[in-house]
Amino acid sequence: MKKVLVEANINGETVEFLCEARQSLLETLRDVLNLTGSKEGCLTGDCGACSVMVDGRVVCSCLMLGAEAAGKNITTVEGLATGNQLHPLQQKFLENAALQCGICTPGFLVAAKALIDKNPNPSEEEVRYALAGNLCRCTGYDKIVRAVIEAAKAVKSGAAESRAGAR
Amino acid sequence: MAEATSNRKFRVIGTRPIRHDGVDKVTGRAKYGADYSFPGMLHGKVLRSPHAHAVIKSIKVDKALKLPGVKAIITADDLPEAPNKMQQAGEMAINPSHLSRNILARGKVLYDGHAIAAVAATSPHIAEEALKLIEVDYEVLPPVMTVEAAMKPGAPILIPDLRNNEEGDKQTNVAQHMQFKRGDLDKGFKAADYVVEREFKTAMVHQGYIEPHNAVAIYNNDGQATIYCSTQGAFDVRSLSAQVVGVEPGKIKVVPAEIGGGFGGKTTVYLEPLALALSKKTGKPVKLVMTRSEVLRASGPTSGSTIKIKMGCTKDGKITAAQVWMAYEAGGFPGSPVVAGAMCILAPYDFENLLIDAYDVVVNRPKTAAYRAPGATNAAMASETVLDELAEKCGIDPLDMRIKNGVKEGSAHPAGPPYKRIGYIQTCEAIKNSPHYKSKLEGPNRGRGVATGFWFNAGMQSSATVNIHADGSASVVTGSPDIGGSRVSMAMITAEVLGLEVTDVRPLTADTDSIGHTDVTGGSRVTFATGMAVYEAAQDAVRQLRERAAKLWERKVEDVEMKDGKLTAKGNGVPPMSVKEIASKLGRTGGPITGRASVNARGVGAAFAATCVDVEVDPETFKVQILRCTVAQDAGKAIHPSYVEGQMQGGTAQGIGWALNEEYIYDDKGILRNSGLLDYRMPTCLDLPMIETIIVEEPNPGHPLGVRGVGEVSIVPPPAAVANAIYRAIGVRMTELPMSPPRLLKASLKRGGAADAHSAAAD
Repeated sequence: MKKVLVEANINGETVEFLCEARQSLLETLRDVLNLTGSKEGCLTGDCGACSVMVDGRVVCSCLMLGAEAAGKNITTVEGLATGNQLHPLQQKFLENAALQCGICTPGFLVAAKALIDKNPNPSEEEVRYALAGNLCRCTGYDKIVRAVIEAAKAVKSGAAESRAGAR
Repeated sequence: MAEATSNRKFRVIGTRPIRHDGVDKVTGRAKYGADYSFPGMLHGKVLRSPHAHAVIKSIKVDKALKLPGVKAIITADDLPEAPNKMQQAGEMAINPSHLSRNILARGKVLYDGHAIAAVAATSPHIAEEALKLIEVDYEVLPPVMTVEAAMKPGAPILIPDLRNNEEGDKQTNVAQHMQFKRGDLDKGFKAADYVVEREFKTAMVHQGYIEPHNAVAIYNNDGQATIYCSTQGAFDVRSLSAQVVGVEPGKIKVVPAEIGGGFGGKTTVYLEPLALALSKKTGKPVKLVMTRSEVLRASGPTSGSTIKIKMGCTKDGKITAAQVWMAYEAGGFPGSPVVAGAMCILAPYDFENLLIDAYDVVVNRPKTAAYRAPGATNAAMASETVLDELAEKCGIDPLDMRIKNGVKEGSAHPAGPPYKRIGYIQTCEAIKNSPHYKSKLEGPNRGRGVATGFWFNAGMQSSATVNIHADGSASVVTGSPDIGGSRVSMAMITAEVLGLEVTDVRPLTADTDSIGHTDVTGGSRVTFATGMAVYEAAQDAVRQLRERAAKLWERKVEDVEMKDGKLTAKGNGVPPMSVKEIASKLGRTGGPITGRASVNARGVGAAFAATCVDVEVDPETFKVQILRCTVAQDAGKAIHPSYVEGQMQGGTAQGIGWALNEEYIYDDKGILRNSGLLDYRMPTCLDLPMIETIIVEEPNPGHPLGVRGVGEVSIVPPPAAVANAIYRAIGVRMTELPMSPPRLLKASLKRGGAADAHSAAAD
């Protein structure tokens, strides 16, 4: 089977890769690009462990083909931190013990980022609704929801700080 | 052994540091089993039975072998014949024949999804195409899907040479019948003012870990093998894989990868022996990963069950007698947790007269595996709802009913000597005094339910080493895969004993070469038993450090102690020295120091939990919304409270899923119809409220820090608590799990009339 040449922007870098037409974006990220942070949980778009952002929108990468990434901006969990600086979501997950086995965590972080990018001040219900596509079997979601709400506040106050600094 | 830990002041224990592996997990760096890759690695796929029950007449692999990219195919013929009797495989007692036949079917297939052959190819897609080219000739047999059908005279027999302890040489589907008897049952029921008798049916459910099973095996040219896999027990993977493939365990190293959930389902093997055998055949690394459909069809869910229970009490609420008949689905091979369930079902109550008949029954479903307090949740659904009914008849608050009948120190324990110090009554009182329980619940179709649960917890074997490094930091090495955050607790215990900061201690879960034998992460045993080994290893390091300090100070060892985290000489004259300070001197004074300990942990503390749940039932759709939920659990001593809370919340969420929506749905041919996460419906973020936790601490006298295992028991009460809440909401006593909308509708219609809070009170 002849491979497809794809150029995409992944986590802020232009990347060129070869994948088979039948390989999903999830498989391509993991097996072709060695970005194993996105996880396979169900391959039917029901668990959200493979969540990535495509042009700002949360997508189950198991439901998309690698070839379809051409020309798109893809964000995976590996792209959340800035250098050595964790994103507030990552930091709040750690502080709140919002992970136990951690397998669902990459998907949750991506979905939560997509939420607070659009809604900087989500209520508990809005958080739960936005994250309903991500399954967690370990935590019962309590500490995850708390972490996301705290992170949203931290991002907001961080943005306010940098605006203040810029004046 | 333990001082009342509530009196001790700890510096590190009881705080909430960030876990050492946390950054890797939030950045995607952490390596789980499926994240491993090696040069030249082949990919494996498994051919699985499309029938629930059939004889395999022939398997032809020649067409599949010809597909370009296919390198090897194995069937049961590639595995050694395994004896059909219980024997030791390492530290586990197993039936090698059943284990081997579950890995690859020999002669018969016993469930939809039963593995028949495995292919190794250059890509997973080619391996999958090869499966379609394998030709299997089946003689399809009638499926036996329920314990009732399996126990009926004349039922199709699943395992022709299966015999039980009672029926002599008769072919049977009943693998075991165990009976528990105490006191005088007739006398007990005669003394009862109220008697309630109910029959319960619970559906088969799955642990639901988000990460599917995986294994990568490298069988090297020198006959030495390495297996990387997500497992709860690396040493068990070693012995079981060796047993199945016919390789010496001493030639296998198992490296436990990070694991994406287990809950008991990853304490056995499925893919590891296949990867090992394929690697042996091809001379290349081989990787296998299950799809979600395979996980549901062919790993190890827990038993569906039928439980008949009759319980009697006096009019002031004292239980006088109880009788139970319980049959659990074992799946295609014997080994349901019915005996554990039988020991749990009446364990929290202090009374004399009981009779329990427990049956382990094979059916054409996947071979069951452990699921968080195996057997206990099914049992509690029965006992804790019947107890609720009796409380209502007596006009007693349901929590007071438990407190009145609850076991305490000195009460009879179902499996051994009487309970030592326990916290059953304290967890009930914690719920009773909670803001949740004290709050008013108002509105139509709303109700509040409570239930309690017991689990034994396990001790078993663990090893630990603590290395003191020249810079004054330490590493603590254990063999316990971390499924819930336990490694940070290991570091905290080490830091506490050595007077170090928790950030100066690095915890590691080692492979089977690098640490002494350690039993599985399960049975709520890691913080208890591995924590005990870590504590003792750290104390062993302290002993050696004291000797070294004594040498440096030219004092007697008995005059040197570890006090407030520093080595201190009795009397004056020598300033105390921290471990950091002495660490740089170790090389010049005798060499490096490593503390070590191995335990077969005694002194296990029993686990108790109590759960309170408020529900609202939609009168038209019968969807149940959980409005509020509180769980109280006795942790003995919480080393890291956030991760104790995490166990309580996680188990509660699983119990709620078990209560409301989760079930295996088979059709009349025995084919699983909901082998995906859309229709195997687990709770989402939107289905649950915040889960309030109350950590009760009744220190376990058997542990140096008072620890009581916390991992499992929180899953036990929720189905009964939700059932009791539904009763108060819509006046219907549910006796089936899950209490899904169609079942609630049916039960409501049967009772007559629409859901109505007022008629509930009159029931």
